[in-house]
This record gives sequence, C-alpha cells and structure tokens, in this order.
Amino acid sequence: MATLDAKIPKGPIAEKWTNHKNNINLVSPANKRLIDVIVVGTGLAGGSAAATLAELGYNVKAFCFQDSPRRAHSIAAQGGINAAKNYQGDGDSVHRLFYDTVKGGDYRSREANVHRLAEVSTNIIDQCVAQGVPFARDYGGLLDNRSFGGVLVSRTFYAKGQTGQQLLLGAYSAMNRQIGRGKIKMHSRHEMLDLVKVDGKARGIITRNLVTGEIERHAAHAVVIASGGYGNLFYLSTNAMGSNVTAGWKIHKQGAHFANPCFTQIHPTCIPVSGDHQSKLTLMSESLRNDGRIWVPKKKEDAKAIRDGQLKPTDLAEEDRDYYLERRYPAFGNLVPRDVASRAAKERCDEGYGVNKTGEAVFLDFAAAIERYGKEKAHVKGLDENDKVLVEKLGKQVVKAKYGNLFQMYEKIVDQNPYETPMMIYPAVHYTMGGVWVDYNLMTTVPGCFAIGEANFSDHGANRLGASALMQGLADGYFVLPYTIGDYLADDIRTGPISTASPEFEEAEQRVQAQIDAFINNKGTKTVDYFHRKLGKIIWNKCGMSRNETALKEAMAEVKALREEFYKDVFVPGTADSFNEPLAKALRVADFLELGELFAKDALVRTESCGGHFREESQTPEGEALRDDDNFTFVSAWEYKGEPSDAKLHKEALNYENIELKTRSYK
Amino acid sequence: MKLTLKIWRQENATAKGSMQTYSLDGVSPDMSFLEMMDVLNEQLMSQGIDPVAFDHDCREGICGSCSMFINGEAHGPDRLVTTCQLHMRKFKDGDTIHIEPFRAQPFPVIKDLVVDRSAFDRIQHAGGFVSVNTSGNTQDANAIPIEKADADKAFGAATCIGCGACVATCKNASAMLFVSAKVSQYALLPQGQVEATDRVLNMVKQMDDEGFGNCTNTGACEVECPKGISLENIARMNREYLSANVKG
Amino acid sequence: MGVTLSSTILRKVAMALSGIFLMVFLLQHFVINITSVFSATIFNQFSHFMGTNPVVQFLLQPVLIFGVVFHFVMGFVLDIKNKRARGTRYVVYKGSANASWVSRNMIISGATVLAFLALHFYDFWVPEMNYKYVEVLPEDPSRYYEELVHKFEDLTRVVLYVVSFFFLALHLSHGFSSAFQSMGFNNKYTPAVKSFGKLYAVGIPLGFAFIAIFHFLNH
Repeated sequence: MATLDAKIPKGPIAEKWTNHKNNINLVSPANKRLIDVIVVGTGLAGGSAAATLAELGYNVKAFCFQDSPRRAHSIAAQGGINAAKNYQGDGDSVHRLFYDTVKGGDYRSREANVHRLAEVSTNIIDQCVAQGVPFARDYGGLLDNRSFGGVLVSRTFYAKGQTGQQLLLGAYSAMNRQIGRGKIKMHSRHEMLDLVKVDGKARGIITRNLVTGEIERHAAHAVVIASGGYGNLFYLSTNAMGSNVTAGWKIHKQGAHFANPCFTQIHPTCIPVSGDHQSKLTLMSESLRNDGRIWVPKKKEDAKAIRDGQLKPTDLAEEDRDYYLERRYPAFGNLVPRDVASRAAKERCDEGYGVNKTGEAVFLDFAAAIERYGKEKAHVKGLDENDKVLVEKLGKQVVKAKYGNLFQMYEKIVDQNPYETPMMIYPAVHYTMGGVWVDYNLMTTVPGCFAIGEANFSDHGANRLGASALMQGLADGYFVLPYTIGDYLADDIRTGPISTASPEFEEAEQRVQAQIDAFINNKGTKTVDYFHRKLGKIIWNKCGMSRNETALKEAMAEVKALREEFYKDVFVPGTADSFNEPLAKALRVADFLELGELFAKDALVRTESCGGHFREESQTPEGEALRDDDNFTFVSAWEYKGEPSDAKLHKEALNYENIELKTRSYK
Repeated sequence: MKLTLKIWRQENATAKGSMQTYSLDGVSPDMSFLEMMDVLNEQLMSQGIDPVAFDHDCREGICGSCSMFINGEAHGPDRLVTTCQLHMRKFKDGDTIHIEPFRAQPFPVIKDLVVDRSAFDRIQHAGGFVSVNTSGNTQDANAIPIEKADADKAFGAATCIGCGACVATCKNASAMLFVSAKVSQYALLPQGQVEATDRVLNMVKQMDDEGFGNCTNTGACEVECPKGISLENIARMNREYLSANVKG
Repeated sequence: MGVTLSSTILRKVAMALSGIFLMVFLLQHFVINITSVFSATIFNQFSHFMGTNPVVQFLLQPVLIFGVVFHFVMGFVLDIKNKRARGTRYVVYKGSANASWVSRNMIISGATVLAFLALHFYDFWVPEMNYKYVEVLPEDPSRYYEELVHKFEDLTRVVLYVVSFFFLALHLSHGFSSAFQSMGFNNKYTPAVKSFGKLYAVGIPLGFAFIAIFHFLNH
C-alpha cells in the first residue's frame, strides 16, 4: 500500500487557504488568453467554474450531455445552501460550520478542505445575490434562513423548494455572459468518452456528439471534470436519468485515483417505490423535516391494518404512534443527519412497521406543524386561536408558502393530498460522497486533470449534511478551482496551442470508436436497461443501507459476472452516427458495471461503520454505527489496474489537528 | 390499461416525418407518462423497431428536458406539470393518445420527439444575466434589503424551467412568456436594474431574430406553463421594452 | 408605413394603440347614431357638423382611415408571421383547452368586421363622398336622417349588420383588455379593465344593433 500526499498547506487551519492563495503561482492576464481549459459538466460546480475561468481570461470549452447547460441535475436540488453568515445571530461561525461538516461526515473528510469550504461559504451567498438569485426573504427584506439536519443553528439559505434551480440558473447566467462574449465555447449534447494524456499530462478529451454521433477531439491545457455523482449505479436513485460516472471513470482508467467509492448517501425522505416500472425516485426535500414529524404505528397490527387499507393513518391515536426519531435521538429529533434517519427508517420497516403496500415506507406528518403555524397566524391576525377550522386553514396556507411545490409534486406522483394525510417516505440513493481523489488544489493524480463538485470526494467524508452539496459545488467552481488551477497552468504559458493531431489523440479516439463499434455490432438479446436494472438490484440489496462481508463478496462476483454477460449479450439498436440514446446509455452502463465491483470492494475493505457506510459487523449494542478510528482514519484511493477487483489501494491519512475525533452522537 | 399511441416519427432533422400507430398493453395507472414510453420502447426494441427518441432527464419536473405535445396540449392534459410528472391515471383504458414534438420554426426536430431548443439559450446569451464578476468581495448579501413582495415575484418569474411549453402551446409560437420571465426576474431586483435597458432590448431582438411569433395575449402559455409563470411578466416586459425604447 | 416597426413588441403596441383609437372612434360614432333613435333633428345636426367641419373632414377622417387600414394590414401581417413561426402544423392541436375561441380567432372576427366595413362604406361613406366631392350637390343639413332610415328598410342589410355587430363584439371582447396587456398594463386594476372591456364589447355592438333594428321596425 502506498500513501498519498494531499499537499495541504502548512500553518494554522484558519490561515491555510489565505496563505496558500498568497503563495501559489499566478498566470498573468495576458497569458491567460493563451491557455485553454476544458470543463466537463455544467452543473453548479462546472457552470460556476467555466464562468469564473472565462471571466479571469482563460479560453473555456464547456461540455454537457444535456441540450442546455441549464438542465444539469444540480437544478433538482431542493432544500437550500449552507453559509456561515450568522444572520440569525444564533451563534453560527466559520468554525461551527467547519465543525458540523466534519462531524456530520463522521470524521472521514479532510479538515483543510472543509475549513476552506466553510470560509468561502459566505462569499457564495454574496455572489449569488449580486447575480440576482431570488433567495427567500423575510418581511424586513433581509435573507431568510432555515435549519437542516445534523446542526443546531439556522444557516440554510433557500428559494422555496427550488434552491438548486435558482443557484444553477445563476451559474448558467454567469456562463451565458461569457458565452455571449465568446470566452466560453459551449458544446451541449456532447458526452466525454475519454481523457487524452500527452507526456503524462491531461491535454484533452474525446467526445461524442449525441445528435450526429460524431467523435470529436478537443484539446486544452487542463481538463476539469465536474460531472457529478454516480448514484445511478443503483439504477433507482434521485439522480437524473442521464447522470453517469463515465467522465470520472474514464479519467480513473487514465490514472486518476478513485476515492471512497462506497460512501453513498441514502436520503431518508424520498417517495417510496411504487412498482417494477419505476425509472427513478423522487426526493422530498430534507427541509420538510423542519416541520414534518416522522412516525410509524407502535403496534404491528396497526401497521398491518394501514398497509391493508383498513385503517387511515389520521385515525390512529397519538399514543399509538411511534415518533421513533424523537424517541431515539431527543436532542436532534427529526433533524438527525441523513444516514441516521435512513437507517432508523429501515430498522422500523425491517421490523414490520412499514406503512405502504410493500412495507417499505414511514409517515412524514405535517398535522402538528399545520396546527402550530395556524395558531401562530391566528394570534398575529387577532383571530380566534381555538377555532379549529380557521387554524387549519391558516396553518395550511403557511405550510403551502413554505413547501408548496414539494407538496404539489408529492400529490402528482402519489395521488394523495399531503395536507390531509401524512406523506409516505422511504430512503433512496441520493448523493455520492466518494469520487475522484483530489489534492488540496483539487487536482487528481493525473497532472492537469481536476475534479470538482460531487465528482470529487473531499469535503463530505462518509456522510454529507443537508444543504452542503450546493455549497461545495459553488465553492469549488467560483472560489477554489479558478485560483488553484493557476498554480498548475503557470508552467504552461509557453506551451502554445495543443494539437489534436498527436498520436495520443488518435489512439484515444480509436479506443472510443472501437467500444462504440463493438456495441453496435454486438447484436445481443437484452437491452441496456435490463443490465442496468439488474446491477442496481445487486448494489441496493448487497451494498445498500447495511452491508456485510458475505453480501459484499457476492456483490463483487455478481457484478463481474453481469459485466461479462453484458458484453456478450447486450443489444444496442440503431447506428453509431445518429441520435441513439440506447447507445449513449450502453456506454454509461459499461462504466457503472466496472465501478460497481470497485464499490463493493471498497465497502469490503472498510470493516468499520462510518456515516452512510454501515457494516453490520461493526455496531454498538444499541445498533448505532461503530467507527474504528485506529484502523480506518484514512481515505481509500484506488488506482486502476485493469480489472476493478485488482485495483490498488492507496491511503491518504486523515489528520485531525483541530477537531477531536469523537463518537458521533445526536442523542 | 391498453392504449393506442399515435407518435410522430422522424429519423433526423432533414427526413420527412409522419405519425405512426402503436398499441401498448399492460400500462399501469401509477406509471409516469415517460415510464409508459420506456415500456413502449422496450416493446419496440424487442420487435426490432427503432425506439422512440424523446428528451428527458431529471424526471421530477424541474430540468425542463421533456417536451411532448400530448393530445394537442404541451405536457398533456394535466396542469402545472411537465410530461415526466404526468401520470397514466389521467388516461383511460382504451384511449388513443397523440404524441407530437413541440412545434415551432425555431425548434427544429432533431429526431422523433426531440427538438432543438438552443434558440432559448441564445436569447439568454443576449442578456439573461447580471454583469458581475466572481470576485469574492461583492457587497454583503444583506446590504440591500428587498421588499418581500418583489423578491417573491422575482422568484415566481425565475422558476421558469425553459421547457418551451409556452412556445409549443402558443398558436403563434411566441416565446414572450419565456423571455419575459427572465426580464422580469431582473427587473424586479435592484441588482438587475443597472443593465435593464440593454437587457430587454437585446433579448427581445434575439427573440425576434430566432423567428418566434407575436404575443396575441391568448393566455394559453400561462395555462400550460408547468411552473405557472404569470402573464403579468409579459406585460412587465412590454413596459420595460417601451421605456427602454424611449430611453435608448 | 413611415415608422419601421421591426420588433414584435412594437408591432403589438401599434396594434393596441390603433385598436384603442378605433374603440374611441366607435364610441363617438355610437353616441351620434344613438341620437337618431330619439331625435331626427339632433342626429342631423351632429351629422352635418361631422360631414362639413374641415377639421373632421380633412384631419380626423384621414387619420381614421389610416388607423383602420393600419390595424387590418398589421393584423394580417402578424397573422402570416405567426403562422410561419409554427412551421410544421400539429396533427392534433387542442386550442380550446387553454385559450378562448375569441382570443385565438381575432383574425376571423377581424376579417368579418373588415368585410362589414366594406359594406358600410358602400352604404354610407361612398354615397357621402360622391354627394359632396364628386357630384358636388348642394348641401342639405337635414338629409342625413332620411338616408339612414332609408338604408335600414332592407331586412337583408339589417341582418348583415346585426351579424357583423356580433363579430365586432367578439373582436372587442378580447381586443379591449388585450390592448392594455400589450402596452404593458397589467396590475391590480386589470380585473376592472377586463370587466369594463367586456361591458364595452357587449354594450357598443348591442347598441348599434339596436339602432339598426329600431329603424327597421319603425319604418
């Protein structure tokens, strides 16, 4: 095993980032004009990075597989974005955000990165407001905040349940300004299919034009991967249908280490699976846990009656309900971190207390919130607080103003009115903390190849706190990468334009072409979705919310076997030189089929429980996750060696100099 | 449920398209419309027929990718939803469903139900932004209080997902609702006002250059908009545009 | 037309302005005509004034004609452009699901009104021009009422007029509030504008129809 150097700057934690910025190499404005940067992905991280790099003067080529950068999946983030502004005066600070994030990540993230994230969080809010992002405001005209899981302050800025959309459109608008100026060349409906290295450095990518099928070569002095997470490994997830690991996996195969692949966030509040036809899962924002109370019936017979439709949840008496999060974790109650809430829901359902037909759902109830808000509103308006009908009406108005779009979405999907009957929710795959390994400068182990946002691994450890993904994406894109990339590019000011005629480009293009031809000519019998669905089932059942050695070993073998079957028997209709979605999917699923095996291997090696990674072999007598700090306070970074099972483990030791490692308790 | 589907098939941008009829059995009312299309495509592929191409991504009504014209309406018969959130319970067993791409001269068909909506992007390039650099030392976010009513209206306009239902629905293929949503968002916020004149002039010019039709105030766009963007925004843009012309 | 109206919004504003101008004219026209129901003398006095006053004849009349011509030419221009903006037509298009028939068919109601205008000009304006400027007959301040009454003796004409007024009502019922929206007027007063517009759209054509039927029945 080898160790990795993250190149964390020396000095006290609060000064590292400032000192680093003062000391890294810069590229002069005149020279930036001579340098090209490729950005793959146009979500919060990629979009903001592309815009900022272009503003600084670099020539940016941006790529996305969607038909417009505005459709990147960051758009679907609902709840909010954290920032240590302390506008509420409730004792928040950079240090507290830093501390909460490290603790929330179950002490498996890199201190220096997280502190930097907390530092720049406040700049993000200033920047977004200046761009015209319409955050929610209070009646005084100032920005409003709400609270999210795992923290004791209100530091989450939001725009109803569409915060991700508003922030992404902000980044998109910044991009548009640069596209209008000609500083960003936007390539929509393009998928990156390989990384090109020249003399060991990342110098370009190979893409496929998803409309014409044309294979294209694009050269640059540096390549930034901002392609998001790999939650679709599970087939069913809250990710968009097109979200994929291909860009990240291709650079992995070219030498970028892949870190902590098994660290996956299973989000506790998603709409439960309704049937086999299901193509994706829908998240109900964590912000709902501010006001919703989670419960299942206390008695199994009541749960059964509800499942069979003989009993309505609203008819169940208060004393017959088990508000299990409030019971188990009195300090944080319904606002425990996501991993804790998800496992608790699974535990209740596994015990037979599930409340929907499949027995895999718990209630999220707003009746108490409606009453509380209604009384408050009645009081403010000088109306009768004891008038039940009035209170309910007023309360519903307040809830609608806060979560209207989420309630509407729920009603459309489930066909039940959540104002009248409690929502049913169940955990679902939502986010991947693992990703491409990067150093403090966000550079991967391939020189000149960077990874930002969800695509990298660095800031969330083994579990991400709510409203931190948007923060990290924008921090990386607006405020970190555009500066740290200069440190690398300072050596490239004399390089001149990179040619796409080199043998390296030729070879990469041929690799891609060969893979495409193989799929088109395979003429198998099973569709791509068949394999993807099967892969998802293996990973969900054996590497999901709780994992053990036997199941993980089985998963590795099964994924390997499935991959072999895939190459033998997959059927891809149509031609290579046309709009061909099954082909695009096949190329993505091929990479998931490799990642899946590494995922299980990573989970197998880490015999401790931490954050979203729960090993049944490592738990306390009460069933809480048990970390093993002596043996696992490190990042697992895997080096590609051909077969995923042969991947070589590199360790980056995590040193906690500012935060004491403690057992995470939300009791 | 058993359905008869009449779907626009067109091999590529230059090919001539036509409506094709398929019948599909075993559709569950709990399926979303796109999941029904997935099932159809699995069936077509098993019969050796090229699957129907359609745009989709988030499948939760926010990315704006999906874009079908179903039974004569953008995103189908339900209100305030995109096609991905339309569920089959809105249809009956034995129904015939017509599925066409969003039609507009500026939205050329790429394949089947997939259209090119990059005209929308170009309109945004023309002025859909506030010119502020990423410096990290802009004014504190709370330095300028904004009246809640204005902030809420700006948010209401900003929720546009750029799906193009307004264009597809409008009998004139007008993009006024889309453009006015962006113009309004910035017109309502102090941050957007500095460039308000140039923004509205440039965006409207680009909109016209793309070949979208005129707004004749039928109000169809507002009804079919999955995000319920209000016609007030169009009036606001008209005002902004007139005053920009007087100034400019 | 002198001013270049290249932008879609300016074109629509011009449509709105010319529309509002025509609606003001319509109101004035109605006010004069309704007097014929009460008093032949007052009607003759008004008509004589309008027919002989040089400001009306040589300034307002050309402006009005320009307004009418502009409104319908632009109406057709916009309609052609709008049809072209669609490109390939839908096989199934359910316009009724999201917009009123009237708002979608302004070109039909407008064209009907235009056809009526031709008839109306043939009935009154052409003989009037002929009387005054071609044959230059001696002025008779009391001839107007008789001419009016004479026209409405014919049932076919009355029916044609009433049908046309119906289409005018349709046209106005969308046109009135639409004009305000086009000019950027949409605020808390909009519901009031809409209600007034409906009242105007029904009231004026109904009034005109009443005048026509009144004279038919009374003579």
